[in-house]
Amino acid sequence: MQNVSKTPSIRTIEQVIDETPTVRTFVISDNDLANVLPGQFAMVWIPGVNEIPMSIMVMPENGKAAFTVRKRGVSSSALYDLKVGQQIGVRGPYGNSFDIKDGKIALVGGGTGLVPLLRLAKFAKPNNEVVLLMGSKSKDEVFFEQQANQILKNHKHQIISCTEDGTYGEKGFVTDVLGKLLETSKFDAIYTCGPEIMMHKIVQMANSKGIFVQASLERMMKCGIGICGSCCMDDVMVCHDGTVFDGGFLANSKEFGHTHRAKSGILENY
Amino acid sequence: MTPDLSVSIGPISLGRPTMLASGILGISLEVFGRIYRNGAGAVVSKSLSKEPWEGYPNPTIIGVKNGYLNAVGLSNPGAPYFAKMMESNRDVPIIVSLVGSIEDEFEFMVKQFENCNVTAYELNLSCPHVEKVGLEVGDDPKLVTKIVSRVKSSTRAPVIGKVGLGTTNYLDTVKAAIDGGADAITAINTIRAMGIDVETQRPFLSHKIGGLSGSAIKPVAVRCVYEITSKYNIPVIGCGGVSSWEDALEFIFAGASAVQVGSAVGDRWIEVFSEINEGITNYMNKKGFSKISEMVGLAKRF
Repeated sequence: MQNVSKTPSIRTIEQVIDETPTVRTFVISDNDLANVLPGQFAMVWIPGVNEIPMSIMVMPENGKAAFTVRKRGVSSSALYDLKVGQQIGVRGPYGNSFDIKDGKIALVGGGTGLVPLLRLAKFAKPNNEVVLLMGSKSKDEVFFEQQANQILKNHKHQIISCTEDGTYGEKGFVTDVLGKLLETSKFDAIYTCGPEIMMHKIVQMANSKGIFVQASLERMMKCGIGICGSCCMDDVMVCHDGTVFDGGFLANSKEFGHTHRAKSGILENY
Repeated sequence: MTPDLSVSIGPISLGRPTMLASGILGISLEVFGRIYRNGAGAVVSKSLSKEPWEGYPNPTIIGVKNGYLNAVGLSNPGAPYFAKMMESNRDVPIIVSLVGSIEDEFEFMVKQFENCNVTAYELNLSCPHVEKVGLEVGDDPKLVTKIVSRVKSSTRAPVIGKVGLGTTNYLDTVKAAIDGGADAITAINTIRAMGIDVETQRPFLSHKIGGLSGSAIKPVAVRCVYEITSKYNIPVIGCGGVSSWEDALEFIFAGASAVQVGSAVGDRWIEVFSEINEGITNYMNKKGFSKISEMVGLAKRF
């Protein structure tokens, strides 16, 4: 049984890893968060700034958990700028997790969306053959390739990096590369996390071929525990009913791939 | 015979005695439908203001022993946006919660809902963590009377005043709402509270002070329902820490005509409504009650 905390606990940042010029990983000690299921998240409190939902990165050492963040808005930049020895609050873990099928699976991610996918890779079944597609803008922004190889070392696996400008790996979007792959290979399941437009395309591609697909979604969140309704999408709360949803549900969603809610609750287009 | 779970709260008739409390999960029709299908007799929307409000930065909600602390800051899409969305509502009884500072704002907001099927309006006279509205309005009985009477004259829908514990005796706020023509009272809102992280010496909530909800406040809320219904002849909706059928019945025995459920959704999820309805049904079967109204205020025999 998982320990689920609803009150923030303070953790000290023990290590900061530069992944790319805009992405850093922050390592803390936390036994509960170290072992969360793939797709689950924690609310991370940057004192004086905000509290944001974050997937929990797999670390090689027992009892260590990490958050990987891209410097973007006010909150992510505040987290990005933290140094070793500074403190953050964490509560969780919250949400559901990926349903890992047998056989050959594809993990398709972009940017920090790779975090839950690498945890999924860690939880892969012995019979899984894993193809990981990692999308980024350019060579500078490629990260987690080494970690992925390490996590998947006991599985038959393939890692395909895709860059939009072609400076590393395959040229183009992961969706294009996945499309070509689906013409020649058979997959038992596809899992995705990253920008919603990307996930929307991947879900459509998988659904059209009748392949089981799940996506881990992101929405504006406040409580993280299914009280405030900030993250509602159609009739679900992404924090509590998700963050992982099946392709069948997503295909019927009026909002997935189209709209998300602002802080006030007003629907905005992607 | 299966007991009848329907209730009348003054002019408001509902099929079941449980409602979703304001502030919880309340911004989309699809979610409202899901809650209704899971057993709630009605859903109360988030409190709507004249303009959209973003609310406070996080942390806005955290768990504490036996409850939650929140200072969400009344984030909401605004009454005009919400009313437009609500026009397509077909079957869900929706009680529209409104928040504002003066009677003109309330009248403006009520006018937005002319094409909507509004089960009732619930006026937020008690949110404890936003300035110039909520509890600050509730603490001014003259203003309460003016607002309630303006809303009453702007709509034919029933009007409920939601009261809380501020600096004015809340019974005077109830009296002021009755004087303005309120059809019912919801009691109570969250209670002003705060929590501080010991490691960093920092208040948890970004707004520092918020409201306490959940089991921790239930005995206070039960007392208020008992006092209001003992002093005034007005139907009361009990709210504050209802998480089980026993809790719901406790409020009903204290004098509540129905109850609202909020924090328990965070612990027990949406199934909490059907669980409470089922527990009440079993109790009524066991004790030989056929209608909820037979149980209202039974604790006053003692």
